[in-house]
Amino acid sequence: MTDRETQLENEKKEALAALDDIRTTEGLETWRIAHLGKSSPVMQAFSDLGKLPVEERPLVGRAANTVKQALESAYAVKSEQLRQAELERTLTRERIDVTLPGRAVQRGRLHPLNQTLREVCQIFRDMGFQIYRSPEVETDDFNFTYLNMPPYHPARDMWDTFYTDKDGVLLRTHTSPGQIHIMRERAPEHIRAILPGTTMRYEQLTARSEIEFIQVEVLVVGKGITFADMKGTLTDFAARAFGKDARTRLRPSYFPFTEPSAEMDVECFVCGGEGCNVCKGTGWLEILGCGMVHPTVLEYGGYDPQEFSGFAAGMGIDRSTLMRYRVDDIRHFRNNDIRFLEQF
Amino acid sequence: MKAPLSWIKDYIDLDDLNVEQIAHYLTMIGLEVEGIRLVGLPKPEAERHEFNYEGLSWDREKFVVAEVLEVLPHPNADRLVLCRLNDGIQELVILTGAPNLYPYKGQGPLAQTLKVAYAREGAMLYDGHQPGQVLTKLKRAVIRGVESFSMICSEKELGISDEHGGVIILDADAPVGTPLVDYMGDAVFDISILPNMVRDASMIGIARELAAVTRRELRLPEGIPLPQGDALSKRVSLEVRNPELNPRFMLGMVENVQAQPSPYWVQRRLNLAGMRPIDALVDATNYTMLETGEPLHAFDYELLCKRAGGNLPSIITRTAKQGEMLTLLDGTTQPLDESMEVVADSVGPLSLAGIMGGMDSGISAQTQHVLLEAASWNFINIRQTLSKLKIPSEAGWRFSRGVHPALAEQALRLCLLRMLAWGGGRLVEGVLDAYLLPPQDPVVTLTEEEIISRLGAEISLEEAANILTRLGFTCTLQNGQLTAKTPPIRLDIGEGLIGKASLMEEIARIYGYERIPSKRLAVELPAPVFDPNLETEERIRDILVSLGLQDTVAYRQTSPQREARILPNQALDPDLAYVRIKNPISPDRTVMRRSGLATMLELLEYNSKFRPSLALFEIGPVFLPVDGQLLPREALRLTVGMAGLREIPTWQTKTAEKRDFFDLKGLLEAFLRGLHLPEVSFQPAEHPTFHPGKCAQVLSGEQVLGVFGELHPMVQEHYEFEALPVLAAELDADLLVALSRVEFEHQPLSNYPAMVEDIAVIVPEEVSAAALEAAIHQAGGKLLVNVRLFDVYRGEKLGLGKKSMAYQLTYQAFDHTLTDKDAATIRNRIVRALEREFGAVLRSQ
Ligand SMILES: [Zn+2]
Repeated sequence: MTDRETQLENEKKEALAALDDIRTTEGLETWRIAHLGKSSPVMQAFSDLGKLPVEERPLVGRAANTVKQALESAYAVKSEQLRQAELERTLTRERIDVTLPGRAVQRGRLHPLNQTLREVCQIFRDMGFQIYRSPEVETDDFNFTYLNMPPYHPARDMWDTFYTDKDGVLLRTHTSPGQIHIMRERAPEHIRAILPGTTMRYEQLTARSEIEFIQVEVLVVGKGITFADMKGTLTDFAARAFGKDARTRLRPSYFPFTEPSAEMDVECFVCGGEGCNVCKGTGWLEILGCGMVHPTVLEYGGYDPQEFSGFAAGMGIDRSTLMRYRVDDIRHFRNNDIRFLEQF
Repeated sequence: MKAPLSWIKDYIDLDDLNVEQIAHYLTMIGLEVEGIRLVGLPKPEAERHEFNYEGLSWDREKFVVAEVLEVLPHPNADRLVLCRLNDGIQELVILTGAPNLYPYKGQGPLAQTLKVAYAREGAMLYDGHQPGQVLTKLKRAVIRGVESFSMICSEKELGISDEHGGVIILDADAPVGTPLVDYMGDAVFDISILPNMVRDASMIGIARELAAVTRRELRLPEGIPLPQGDALSKRVSLEVRNPELNPRFMLGMVENVQAQPSPYWVQRRLNLAGMRPIDALVDATNYTMLETGEPLHAFDYELLCKRAGGNLPSIITRTAKQGEMLTLLDGTTQPLDESMEVVADSVGPLSLAGIMGGMDSGISAQTQHVLLEAASWNFINIRQTLSKLKIPSEAGWRFSRGVHPALAEQALRLCLLRMLAWGGGRLVEGVLDAYLLPPQDPVVTLTEEEIISRLGAEISLEEAANILTRLGFTCTLQNGQLTAKTPPIRLDIGEGLIGKASLMEEIARIYGYERIPSKRLAVELPAPVFDPNLETEERIRDILVSLGLQDTVAYRQTSPQREARILPNQALDPDLAYVRIKNPISPDRTVMRRSGLATMLELLEYNSKFRPSLALFEIGPVFLPVDGQLLPREALRLTVGMAGLREIPTWQTKTAEKRDFFDLKGLLEAFLRGLHLPEVSFQPAEHPTFHPGKCAQVLSGEQVLGVFGELHPMVQEHYEFEALPVLAAELDADLLVALSRVEFEHQPLSNYPAMVEDIAVIVPEEVSAAALEAAIHQAGGKLLVNVRLFDVYRGEKLGLGKKSMAYQLTYQAFDHTLTDKDAATIRNRIVRALEREFGAVLRSQ
């Protein structure tokens, strides 16, 4: 082994030892200049090759090359180590408390009544029903007389009515006046429509009773429409609204504008029929009133009751929303308290 | 209507059915049972109870009929007595404080024992000394040195009524030792009576329905035979002046009666049915009314004689004279008018026909001779009178729904029977019966085809006839046609087609709605008709929700005062036409609203105490009276309201930024883009609600969509806003619907690169941003594809009354890459135009 070779071997040992102690990229760069730079011993060895005797040149050249490669690869390893370490430090430094609350985004929402109303409308649309609307301030004739309630008819008591200072003008107590409007527009075509809208009744404002509420009226008029059709249609609606296994029942009731009349109950979705506060221990929830359109109403609507028949149904959006979310006070809906609305 | 089961069972055999089953039958034929009160009977076993039960069940072992053999004084207390009592098993001595036993004290063994309801130790009953119904267990105790472990019960303790003034003295034939529940255990059905089923607001009516649906026999009670003879006509005369208003009027008479207590079973039934027992005479009229559905009225004959002053008393039914007054049994004095029917004598009105008797002629504890009225009245007339006078009246409730005149006779015969049985006395021979206008009971025909085509169920004519017969109709079947004559107990069956519908309901009801099949509509779908308003209204909601706004549903009813709050001076405009409510629910809801803004400001005010940042909207009609039109125009309004901070502050918020005019404007811009409204523009505007310098109107083309801005400081003062500022917009939603587009041409995309450059121009202050931008677009032409204002600067360097507006301009062509030269050409065009139009000076490039 020549002196040069020994020097190179020593240089390698020293350089590698020095590399071990380096902890920073700056230190590494200084090391690189010192041990792999132009004036480093290894590079110096290459440039000094010409000065060596010819026979030593290959030996020293090879030795210098070996040392250079060793240092270069050690450098690469160290450099990668430092980069990793640096990244580790950065990542640690950048660590955040992910349990801090996120930035507030204000989400818009539909009012719960409008949500329910939409669902009901959508179900009936799916069943081929059209949507029809009519005024909220109505005449006595449309609200009562044409619906088979001439003045002083006992059934007028079923609705506590807001009257206006104009004779014969009132706030509609139900969406049923729309039946006459749509019939007069469509006769003698047949009808398959729903009539949603706000209605008003003279009630005391309490947790259980409201003066304004949203109703949806259902109306089918045609030839050969039967009670069985009504039962099937409304059962279908209930299955779509309350789940396909929802049990329903029809029981007789009275509305002046239908005959026969019925009320539809659905098995209480809170207790499953066992009886609870919501269903008042009965296991049933009343969801809609319905019946075969009264001949007098058909006549007022411009249809010959000999030839045409139909059915109608009406349901309260407020009440069903109330039951669905177990709302304890119906006034929440129109108070629009943001703390209430934000829950939907 | 409260119907005790024991009473219904007088007319129909129901022993094999339990309370739950009977209630189910009732509900499913239209007599909805809203609740069941147990008065002794046990709650029935059932897999599932469909009714709400309350009340008390009497344990068979613990409650029995007993007899008091002797009443002894208590050694240490005056207000207590000791009763020697036989409970059927043994003799015991029982302590009681019942005042109604005092009279028997010290009489020695009673000649006729007193039958009582006896509760043994451990019985569960209601505490008689506590208000309401507090369940308690009978325990052994020592009271004033005497041991007590059982008791003789009052009605309150047994849950029959709230009477606790004494113990119950049962009728003398009560069997000693029998479990009390077997002797008089009961359940009361609380039945909701539908308006067309007033005939069933009676025990017989309910029994008839049950008999029809369960196919059982109905046992109608027999009254006395109609008394024949002319004795009555010599005691009183009768004249009916308006048969239209008074189709029938009957009088009967009992003399030498006594107003003594009714038998206990009668009192108990009346209590359970919700009426207070008074005495035999009053009880007889009430009992008969509950039994038959026909309200009756009893006159004190002697009082009528006195009024007649020696002449033959007369009964005249007529309309009242204007100005006549009548003091009724409830103590009120009512002014009568010519529309009201009264029962009068020669002196004046005696009673308000079909509604309430008068104070001066009714029976009392002193009455000896009773003149009994059973009549029928025109239900419309009764309703009119009721609605004028607003008197709560059981008789009025019934007559205003229509009571068949035939019931008068049945009720008269039954009531006379009760009076004789409970009050003693003697029947006066004969009745007076003015039946001047018998109703035509409708005869209705039906075919099987009609039934099937309306009900959709295969119900044979025979079955239909069977059902109707059970309901009392007289039916004949001939040539495939059913002819049914309406029984003289009801007035709800129509004629012709309406009658067919009525019968269809009767058949379906008793046949059972649950047995009618469910079918899907087989008729073809009607031609489509769309309600574009609704579709767009929903689209408006969706867009606003997507922009982060909360949807609300608002009351239509408000007051002019509430709406005037949106004006700086809150002045009420007396000429402002409102839909005014005649019977408002409260002083702050007297009209239908005209202003969506007023609604929105109230919503913001209410909610500003809960959230520092609010963004709400509401869609709904306002009601605008139109001259010469009966109904108002219902104009759909969209209102948007914002208040307070731009964002709800979080831990990251350094300085919470408040909203300003441009938050609302930005929202409206985004919203209107969503509706694809054509040519949207904004102009300064004036509106009393808004700050004069921060108010704008928004237009589509020439049409004004609405107005928005920041609240006028004076308006703001009228409200208690905790979040400020308040911004609001009110838009014409009908117009939005009409102008919104669902079809439009999209903007093509260019494949060539865009060039972006900034320019700033100095212009006089009064040049509006809109005018400037319009001019830039105009001059820039088609290649100028975007203009974005990114800075507005004012400063001394610019000089007073000047501002610098900095725009980022984007140029792009669809057919080639633009060069710097192209860009310079456009820019120069723009700058020259701005110089020319506004005296603008280019500030930098
Ligand atoms: Zn339930």
